[in-house]
Amino acid sequence: MLKDKREVLSQLKKDLLHWQGFMPKECRVEQIGLGPVEEAFPNGVFPMGTVHEFISTCREESAASSGFISGLLANLMKNGGVCLWISTIKALFPPGIKIFGVEPHRIVFVCMKREKDVLWAMEEALKCEGITAVIAELQELDFMQSRRLQLAVEKSRVTGFVLRCNPRRIGATACVARWQIRSLSSELDEGMPGVGFPRWEVELLKVRNGNPGAWKMEWSEERFIPVIQPPIQATNSMEQNRKIG
Amino acid sequence: MKRRFASIWFRHLITDWLTIRRPELSNKPFVVAAPLHGRMVISAANAIAEAQGINRGMVVADAKAFLPDLEVIDERPKLAEKLLKAIGRWCIRFTPIVAVDNPEGLLLDISGCTHLWGGEREYLKDIVNRLRSRGYDTRMAIADTVGTAWAVAHYGKATPIIASSCQLDALLKLPPIALRLEIDIVERLHKLGLKTVGSFAAIPRSVLRRRFGEGLLLRLGQACGWEEEFIQPLKPIVPYEERLPCLEPIRTDKGIEIALQRLLEALCKRLSGEGKGLREAALKCHRVDGKMVQIDIGTSRATANVTHIFKLFALRISQIEPALGIELFVLEAPKVEDADPVQEALWSNRTGLENMEVAELLDRLKSRDASCSIYRYLPDQHYWPERSVSVASSITEKPTIDWQADRPRPTRLLASPEPITVTAPIPDYPPLLFRYKGEVHIIKKADGPERIEREWWIDKGEHRDYYYVEDDKGQRYWLYRSGHYDDDQSSQWFLHGFFA
Repeated sequence: MLKDKREVLSQLKKDLLHWQGFMPKECRVEQIGLGPVEEAFPNGVFPMGTVHEFISTCREESAASSGFISGLLANLMKNGGVCLWISTIKALFPPGIKIFGVEPHRIVFVCMKREKDVLWAMEEALKCEGITAVIAELQELDFMQSRRLQLAVEKSRVTGFVLRCNPRRIGATACVARWQIRSLSSELDEGMPGVGFPRWEVELLKVRNGNPGAWKMEWSEERFIPVIQPPIQATNSMEQNRKIG
Repeated sequence: MKRRFASIWFRHLITDWLTIRRPELSNKPFVVAAPLHGRMVISAANAIAEAQGINRGMVVADAKAFLPDLEVIDERPKLAEKLLKAIGRWCIRFTPIVAVDNPEGLLLDISGCTHLWGGEREYLKDIVNRLRSRGYDTRMAIADTVGTAWAVAHYGKATPIIASSCQLDALLKLPPIALRLEIDIVERLHKLGLKTVGSFAAIPRSVLRRRFGEGLLLRLGQACGWEEEFIQPLKPIVPYEERLPCLEPIRTDKGIEIALQRLLEALCKRLSGEGKGLREAALKCHRVDGKMVQIDIGTSRATANVTHIFKLFALRISQIEPALGIELFVLEAPKVEDADPVQEALWSNRTGLENMEVAELLDRLKSRDASCSIYRYLPDQHYWPERSVSVASSITEKPTIDWQADRPRPTRLLASPEPITVTAPIPDYPPLLFRYKGEVHIIKKADGPERIEREWWIDKGEHRDYYYVEDDKGQRYWLYRSGHYDDDQSSQWFLHGFFA
């Protein structure tokens, strides 16, 4: 009897995850190419068909977030999709996201006057099944607004990204994950001049039913490459091993 | 079908209108005058004044000399045009194609309309009687061509209806001015004793051309039907139009919705039957009080999808003010394009920008908030960053060249470059540090310079040397130095963008 109940419960939990947009482990075909970051999500699959929230505190961070999102879009739009970028100002420079593997002419830019209209447009766009992803640049997003967005995507399976620049208040939202992307110094081979590939510290502040964490990622060879932790740590552990030995 | 035209001539348009408005003027001579070269010159005189020998073009002082109780009224500019347009609109009940024939006439294309009145004679009588009962002194004529109808209306003395293909016979007796010729040609004809059209109609064309120019031949040809003549309809004919008259005036939103639905169904059925789709549509609501309210929509792709177009209109229905009620709905599609019928059938399978759903979504966004701007970018053949992208003209436009990815370009570009202060070694090294908004950034790594020359054929100014730099915190910027170093070192460096 007790075992039955447990089974039912675990089945229900699985179903709930499925409805919220998390795919079971078997459908790992839809990989986003984030490597270790994906392990932070339930079942180890990056949730598509949900709303993600990106926090940025300055313009540099929002540029980094735009770049990171573009990298994700490249994977999402592989089979000829189209995405909408809704904002109140024209800030994104289309040629700049080409290096992240996105065809800039496949992005439709929508410029609204007020934030309220941006939210409305995003909700309308998220309901439209012909769109792959919707990105909205917003400042504020409260729980109710994010709930509406989440309800919209649950039917249409469109992926939404809310890029929040300088939010005044960071409250609870119904978004599946909260990210923060910061730039990191790029690194080059010894003695090479110039600036290297873009490198970020990708931090998952919140993941619903998952494990938050921070990773270092680099964009090179047209994909995300996790930066292997510096070898200092490895030598430390080796020393420890030696000591133990 | 044989084309038939009618010409209406208002002999005393302005004075008749004044008499209608001020009945006390009906029994006395009066003129309308306007100042010309410092004198008051008569521009219109009523029938009584004309009978006493006062004509337009006379100076008021001369006219008053032999008719002291002549009343003079100041001319209102553009009045004749306004009156003709109003009467023309009223005439649309007789034929859909009505044109204004300045300065004092109307032209009607009456092909296929007269049988509804029981023949041309009855048709003509009806129009003239109605206008006369209003108080307008009119003359009207019907013929195969505009030119003949005009000539007979103005100068004809016999029957006003010219039978088909008898234009030349009707014209023979008329003076040459009836052909709408220029004044100097008419004077030359008179000097040569050619007082009627018949006296020169038989002269060989080459002789007429040599003597009087192409204008005379053209007018003669137009009157006789050898040359084509077009008239400019007062109300443009919309080929895709549906009308819905209402038995009872409609005053509610629901009523308007039902009317709209019916009109759309009829229009879209016709459009899809012809393989077309509409790009623009207008719903005109004619109210009981004679006013008209209109709402317009536009779509980004040709569509004949009733539910979609209805949704676009539904967002605007609240703007219609029914007042006492709407008695006639007219749905027009002024802009219609070919739609691919196969695409309609497979729309759910299409991805990307070909998808009909995306186009419909964009229409919805646009129609809810007209101030929102929707655009796509295409690469443009310019190195200058602000001009390196162009806005796509349509939703399906494909780029003709590839996006350039061989040079570093920032993810976010400032709308206008912001000045920064830097410490930089000369001649062309990247800065060691820069100060932006009070914050000092120490530069650790840098790429550049990438010199982008000003496009001198577009605008003037200095070239820019761009540097891709990374500061000690790992933030990446796009800086540039404007022009060469010179004595004036101020505000030469700018921040133009942020890299990811």
